[in-house]
Amino acid sequence: MPLLEVNDLRATAGDKEILKGINLTVDVGEIHAIMGPNGSGKSTLAQVIAGHPAYQISGGQILYQGQDLAEMDPEERAQAGVFLAFQYPVEIPGVTNAYFLRAAYNELRKARGLEEVDPIDFLDLLEDKLKVVEWGPEIMQRAVNAGFSGGEKKRNEILQMAVLEPKLALLDETDSGLDIDALRIVATGVNALRRPDNAYVVITHYQRLLNHIIPDVVHVISDGQIVKSGGKDLALDLEARGYEWLAKSDTDVAGTAAATA
Amino acid sequence: MIDSYVRQYQAFAGNGGGAGPPWLTSLRRAAIEGFQRSGFPSTRDEEWRFTSVAPIARGDFSASPAVPVLQLADLDPYLFQHPDWPRLVFVNGRFDRSLSLGEVGPGVTLEALSAVLAQRPTLVEPYFGRHVSPAATPFTALNTALTREGAVVRVAPDAAPENPIHLLFVSTPEADGAAIHPRTVVVVEAGARVQLIESYLSLGGRPRYLTNAVTELAIGPGAWVEHSRIQRESEAAFHVGFSQVSQDRESHYRSFAFAMGGALARHDLHTRLGAPDTEALLYGLYFGHQDQLIDNHTTIYHDQPNCRSWEVYKGILDDRAHGVFNGKIFVKPEAQKTDAKQTNRALLLSDSARIDTKPQLEIFADDVKCTHGATVGQLDPLSSFYLRSRGIPKDAAERLMVYAFAAEVLNEVASESVRVALDQLVHERLSMVR
Repeated sequence: MPLLEVNDLRATAGDKEILKGINLTVDVGEIHAIMGPNGSGKSTLAQVIAGHPAYQISGGQILYQGQDLAEMDPEERAQAGVFLAFQYPVEIPGVTNAYFLRAAYNELRKARGLEEVDPIDFLDLLEDKLKVVEWGPEIMQRAVNAGFSGGEKKRNEILQMAVLEPKLALLDETDSGLDIDALRIVATGVNALRRPDNAYVVITHYQRLLNHIIPDVVHVISDGQIVKSGGKDLALDLEARGYEWLAKSDTDVAGTAAATA
Repeated sequence: MIDSYVRQYQAFAGNGGGAGPPWLTSLRRAAIEGFQRSGFPSTRDEEWRFTSVAPIARGDFSASPAVPVLQLADLDPYLFQHPDWPRLVFVNGRFDRSLSLGEVGPGVTLEALSAVLAQRPTLVEPYFGRHVSPAATPFTALNTALTREGAVVRVAPDAAPENPIHLLFVSTPEADGAAIHPRTVVVVEAGARVQLIESYLSLGGRPRYLTNAVTELAIGPGAWVEHSRIQRESEAAFHVGFSQVSQDRESHYRSFAFAMGGALARHDLHTRLGAPDTEALLYGLYFGHQDQLIDNHTTIYHDQPNCRSWEVYKGILDDRAHGVFNGKIFVKPEAQKTDAKQTNRALLLSDSARIDTKPQLEIFADDVKCTHGATVGQLDPLSSFYLRSRGIPKDAAERLMVYAFAAEVLNEVASESVRVALDQLVHERLSMVR
């Protein structure tokens, strides 16, 4: 059974259809990159998989480990191992990173029938996780994302991912707004967290992140559909030629996706 | 019911209660006469526009509730894990010496008002009724006429007691049907530093009574006062409080007003920056549910130049609760270089909850920086999704968001153990949401 199987997925925001029949299969151990021009639906795809309330599924299905995600609340999806690194992480003034992360970690443990960890043990666990994003413990006493720079917010997403150890991580334009150092830290973090039993879907507008996180498959979304899939070289083509040539030649879409999946 | 208070005054004056020093006798007489003329405020009065005190006016509250004998263990949950902190305890309006702990250390005296008035009334004469005019509101008039007891705290120049001083105004089920008028005078002399906590609380049951408190606080030059006022009365009770602070030059006043109790709770906090280079920080947090009405009125008088005031009040309202916030800032023509910022935010957790909020800035100086901002909101669905996407269930996510909203002001409470206790109160109330 694939880790993620998206079949003819259609989704709307209000009256507007944004996803118009997406097909995507992701197996454990894989990294898939999803590229596409602004407004093509690539971020929407990630948000729909995570259960963003702004979108309604109007057709098709998303199977995660064989379960229909549409039947699950966002928290149930997270507890089952789905993680979305937000393009725009939300600021939560008044709650420390330490409190938030431990609460999330314990919810995941509870859902798996494990005992909650106390603050002291959690700090021990954090020590290694902080190394992934090259942070010291001070960050844990700051309010979640409040006053963080763009780069810090993205690093905080990777830190959360390191703690929560998802099976399916969706990185939604995690590279946008990052300087070269932050990009390196984020990419190194993602690579360090790769395991044979997890998978990544990396959504990006640019090729540069894919120099650091090497994808197995690259998909191109245009106007709510995957119009081309290929190996990592596809990303280089896109970098050189832009997206326009794809939008015009929409042949053999499903066949390519199926062949590479 | 105006007459009933006048009769209480006459009985009180007649049996010698009003027989203090002549200045007090005439102050009380003027106060009750003022009250007799004004009666209770109505919602036609701008200051009470959103807060109808009709339930208080209708209630026929008696003057002398029974006073049970309490044990220290009864107070234990309210002592912030610090039974060693100096305190004065009043039970149903009566001073309880055995529960109090009056030894503070050099330079600080804690006394019951009745004792001071009986033995050395000159100690409070320069303050009592000078900071809070009996005519300030009909309730301050009633308090002035009828108060029997309260706290007198005096901090000598440069004294700096190590621990906070805690004033506990405790009501028990026996307070049901009574009106209690506590009166507190705090004098902090030049260069002193002190933390003061006023607690208004109920022990058990849902007694219906009126607390009508007045606090006068004089802060000397260069003094530093941290003042927490924690109101957690019975939710059937009425609480009306009026606090007046007068600040001398280079003094620093920091207030934290917390309100969670009372069927109807109103607190007026006035601070006068009456000399140059003074600073006032006012923080407030209220959390109303069911049919509670919680009203905060604050007034900051910028009378002199180079003063700074910073105010943040936050409210959480659930069910059919009603919040009122009115924040006045007056800047006199001579108060140049005033720096005043006022923020008030309300979070409505239900469609039936309501807030009436009104900033009111009157600025008569030209070289000043004055800002105010008011927001009323509901929980942000995007924040909720963010928390849920990390595995936190919807209810817990929403509680966490409400807590976060409160925590921004709770974090301003200086004393760690007070903050922890208030944190817990907020969490308890949160567990009742939905």
